[in-house]
Amino acid sequence: MFQPKIAAFFCTWCTYTAADLTGISRLEYAPSVRVIRLMCSGRLDPQFVLAAFRHGADGVLVGGCHPGDCHYQQGNHMARRRIELLRAVLRDLGIEDQRLRLEWISASEGEKVQRVCNEMTGELRGLGPLCLDRPQREAAELAGEPR
Amino acid sequence: MTKPKIAFYWCASCGGCEEAVVDLGEDLLAVAELVEVAFWPVALDFKREDVEALDDGELAAAFINGAVRTSEQEEMARLLRRKAAAVVAFGSCAMHGGVPGLANLHESRDILHLVYHEAPSVQNGEPPTLPARQSRVAEGELTLPEFRASVRTLGQVIDVDYYLPGCPPPAGLIASAVTALAGGRLPGKGAVLAPDVALCSECPRAATKPDNLGVQTFRRPHEVLIDPQLCLLAQGLVCLGPATRAGCAAACPGGNMPCTGCMGPTSGVVDYGAKALSAIASLLDAEDEDEIVARVAEIADPVGTFYRYSLPASLLHRRARATASKGKEEVAP
Repeated sequence: MFQPKIAAFFCTWCTYTAADLTGISRLEYAPSVRVIRLMCSGRLDPQFVLAAFRHGADGVLVGGCHPGDCHYQQGNHMARRRIELLRAVLRDLGIEDQRLRLEWISASEGEKVQRVCNEMTGELRGLGPLCLDRPQREAAELAGEPR
Repeated sequence: MTKPKIAFYWCASCGGCEEAVVDLGEDLLAVAELVEVAFWPVALDFKREDVEALDDGELAAAFINGAVRTSEQEEMARLLRRKAAAVVAFGSCAMHGGVPGLANLHESRDILHLVYHEAPSVQNGEPPTLPARQSRVAEGELTLPEFRASVRTLGQVIDVDYYLPGCPPPAGLIASAVTALAGGRLPGKGAVLAPDVALCSECPRAATKPDNLGVQTFRRPHEVLIDPQLCLLAQGLVCLGPATRAGCAAACPGGNMPCTGCMGPTSGVVDYGAKALSAIASLLDAEDEDEIVARVAEIADPVGTFYRYSLPASLLHRRARATASKGKEEVAP
């Protein structure tokens, strides 16, 4: 069965702490998630999302504090706006909405981490792997012919 | 002492970069004093054989504009690479893919079908014809170049030494690049021959840019009477100045139009479009979910807006292939 790869960017104050709680509570979830800790979801540069896709992620999950709960006041709102615009760009580039997911998960919501990771893994199984062309010189020379 | 030889060549481009060289005006005469032009198909009668006859590395510099789409462009780029001590990717298309790079939103076969079967200009009562790659005529076999699957930047095809951004590159930057190379004052390999600061720093409207922009609504240039002094972002226009390299003397904002980002990013940015959309989204004054969705929907053609000049150079390079069917095949036991 296709095992998708999910790059998960979690803010240290809420979602990362929640993911810790998921583990401490011994809640099992799909092994498809690779967690990267950020200080804030507002730190998420849209380049990170594209780099994750470029390097083989089938989906990107972003976790931040609930609106109004941001440790830095505005960071999660910034993330929300950027991701909305990034998603509009990705849609036109043939990348389905389900491949980029934003969730507000507070430090106490360990079971939400479990549910979201499992749900997203299931959705990505339905979509299948993300196939991107490699623009690199070597790839082009190897191919020689139009793909 | 003989003058250093230089070459100009064009790949997938509109000719605007060639025009920019001519736009040097009388400075072109000063350039001609410094160098000998060994190859410039658009202006002088040289053939490919003339380039082939040169020794390897004999050209001091080759200025190549345009993105790379066909096998012919690949061959010429490789030939000039061999013959030139330094290759300069000249203009947005060679550097980042440029406007022709937006063709990476479509499959090559769809493009050929549109151009040769569906375009109104080919509706002439005759059956549509797709040119054959090979055809036999009395003089022998004729071969057309291959139309590759994607548009690539020059740097994705050959090794590039220097980059000269812009659509087209501003005359001042061209003149200083040519004189620097002709005079042997070579910058470090990979250098972008333009200032490394954002456009806002040289924009005449910079003083009117509010500390907190707080954009309420995005508008397109034809929807508003643009104030000629006020910061364009403060007027709700998607001006990409904050994410774009300076060097053009803010030609577009000076002409009452928002910056579209042809100079590309400053150093350290991997993906121009991602950085530009990040800058614009951050300016939105909206916290409510529906409000954010509505404001973002006001930006027409997001890829064309943020990747107008840089889709082939971007991290995704082109539109992803449909994967649904492939995924199902792999899931099935």
